[in-house]
Amino acid sequence: MEAVANGLLTGAVYGLVALGLTLVYGVLHIINFAHGALLTLAMYAAYVAWHAFGLDPYIAIVPLVPIFFVLGYAVQRLVIGPASRGDDSNILLVTLGLSIVIENVMLAVFRSDTLSVQVPYAMEVVEAGPMLLSFPRLVGFGVAFLVAAVLFVILAMTDTGKAIRAVAKERTGSALVGINVSHIYAVTFGIGTACLAVAACLLLPSFYVNPRVGNAFVLVAFTIVVLGGMGSVPGALLGGLFIGVVESLSGLYFGDSLGQLGIFVIFILVLLFRPTGLFGAKA
Amino acid sequence: MTARELTPILIFAAVAALLPLFVTAGTTLNFAVFTLIICLAAQGWNILGGYGGQYSFGHAAFFGTAAYATAILQVRYGVNPYLGFGIGVALAGVVGFVIGFFSFRSGLRGSYFALVTLAFAEVFRVIANATEITGGAAGILIKLDVRPANFQFADRATFYWVALGLVTAVLVITRALERARLGAQLVAVRENENAARALGVDVLAVKLAAIALSAAITGAAGALYAQYFLYLDSTIAYGTWISVEALLAPIIGGVGTVFGPVLGGVILHSLSEFTKSLVGRIPGVDLVIFGVLLILVVRFPPRDLPGLVRRWRAR
Repeated sequence: MEAVANGLLTGAVYGLVALGLTLVYGVLHIINFAHGALLTLAMYAAYVAWHAFGLDPYIAIVPLVPIFFVLGYAVQRLVIGPASRGDDSNILLVTLGLSIVIENVMLAVFRSDTLSVQVPYAMEVVEAGPMLLSFPRLVGFGVAFLVAAVLFVILAMTDTGKAIRAVAKERTGSALVGINVSHIYAVTFGIGTACLAVAACLLLPSFYVNPRVGNAFVLVAFTIVVLGGMGSVPGALLGGLFIGVVESLSGLYFGDSLGQLGIFVIFILVLLFRPTGLFGAKA
Repeated sequence: MTARELTPILIFAAVAALLPLFVTAGTTLNFAVFTLIICLAAQGWNILGGYGGQYSFGHAAFFGTAAYATAILQVRYGVNPYLGFGIGVALAGVVGFVIGFFSFRSGLRGSYFALVTLAFAEVFRVIANATEITGGAAGILIKLDVRPANFQFADRATFYWVALGLVTAVLVITRALERARLGAQLVAVRENENAARALGVDVLAVKLAAIALSAAITGAAGALYAQYFLYLDSTIAYGTWISVEALLAPIIGGVGTVFGPVLGGVILHSLSEFTKSLVGRIPGVDLVIFGVLLILVVRFPPRDLPGLVRRWRAR
C-alpha cells in the first residue's frame, strides 16, 4: 500500500518529464532523444542555483522556467529545425548528437561525481493515515499536477495555445491562415523544456544528479509517452502514475536491480503490440 | 565480384597491415586494435542501418551477447576460445533475428525501431548485471593464458592483424552484398518499402536477413573485444556507448558505403586521440566533439564527410 502511494508520488514527476516529451511529439511529430540530457542539464542548473546562490530548489523553479523556455526555443529554432529537413532519421541523429554534447559537457565540467543538495526537508515525512509519505515527493506530486493544469489552460484558452493545437492537427493549413509554424514549433519545444526545468527542481531535493542521470529517465519517459499515446497530455500523466506504481512494486518484489526491468518490458510489449498506446486513438 | 571491385579493399588491407612494422609503441597499437574493433561493430551497423535504412540504437545487444558468450563459454565451460568466438557470433545473429522478427513483424520503423532496439539492449544490460553467470556487477575475467591456441597473443601486432583480417573480410562481404540480389532488395526497402513490396520483394525476409547478418558482424566485434581486453561487465558489453559508436562511424564516414564505417571509425578515434593530447585527460571532451560533429554532419547535407569533400571539389 505504501509502495503504491510512493509509486504514485514518483509517477507524477515522471509524468511531468513525459509531458514535455509528449507535447513535443504531438506537435512537432519528432522523437526528442535529447530530452533526458536536457533534464540532466536542468538538474545541474538547479544544483548550481542552490550551491552558488543558495536558492532553494523549489524557489529556483521561478528563474529556471523562463531560462529553459528560451533555451528550448533556441535549440529548436537554431539546431533541430534547420537540421531536420523533413527527415525523421535526421532528427533522431541531431537530438542524439545534442544529448551526447550536453551529457559530456556536464561530465567535463562537474566530473562524474554524484552530487546532491542538502535541504532541511529532504528526509521529512508526512503521516497520512497508516502511511508515511516523503515530503519532497508529496510536493512533487502537487506541483506536477499544477503544471499540467496550467498547461491545459494555456493550450485551451490562449491564442498561442490554440495555434499550437492547430499546428499539431494541420501544419499546412495553419501556415495558410497566417500562423508562423516554425515559431510555434520552437514555442512548443520551449514549453517542453520548461516542463523539464520544473521536474528537475522537484526531483533534486530527494534525488541526486550526475552526468548520466537523465538516461535513467529517458526510457521511462518514452515508455510513459508510448503507453499514454503519443501526443496525449492526460495520457502522459496517467502513464506516469502507472509507471511509477509499476516501478515501485517491481522494486519491492524483485529488488532494486531488476526493478527497472518491468518498465523496459512494458515498453517493448506496448511498442510491439499496441504502438498507439493504451489510451491512444487507433492509428 | 570483379578484380576492379576487390582491388581497393586489398590495397587498404595491405597498407594497413604494414602499420605494426613502423609503429611498435604499445599504446599506439592498442589504440589501433580498439579502433579496428569499433570499425567492425560499425560495419555491422552499416549493413542494417546503411543499406537497409533501419536505424538501430541498440547494437550493444549483439556486441554484448557475443562478448559474454565467448567469455562465459571459456571461463565456465572450458570451451575452446575459437569455437566460443564462432558460437558467440552465431548467437548474436540469432538474437538479431529474434529482435528483428518481433519488431519488423509489428511494423516498427524509423524512430520506433530505434527506441525498441534501445530498450532491448537495456533489458539485456539489466539482466546481465543481475545474474550469476555473467559475474553480475563485478564482471567476468578471462584468465590470462597467452598461447595462440588460446586466442591470446604475446604480441599486440598479431592481434592487430587478426582484427584487420576480420575487418577486411567484412569489407569483402559488404561489397559482395552490394552485388547480390539481397543487397539490391535491401536498398529498395530503404528507399521505398511499399514500392519494394509492390515489386514482389519479401520485405520482412529481407529485413530479417539484414539484421541477422548485421548482428553477427557486430557480435564478432564484441567477441574480439572480450578476447583482447579479457574483461567484461554489463556497462561495457551492453552499454549505450557501443550502440552510439557503431552508429556514429558509418554516419560520419558515409552510410551505405563499403568503406564508410572504417573511414568514420578511424576519423573519429584519431580525432579523439588528438583532442586528448591537446587538452589532456578531461573526461568527456572527445565525446563532445563526436556529438558536435554528428550535429554538423546532419545539419549540413550531404550528411557525411566524403560527401562534403565532393561538394567542395565541385565548386
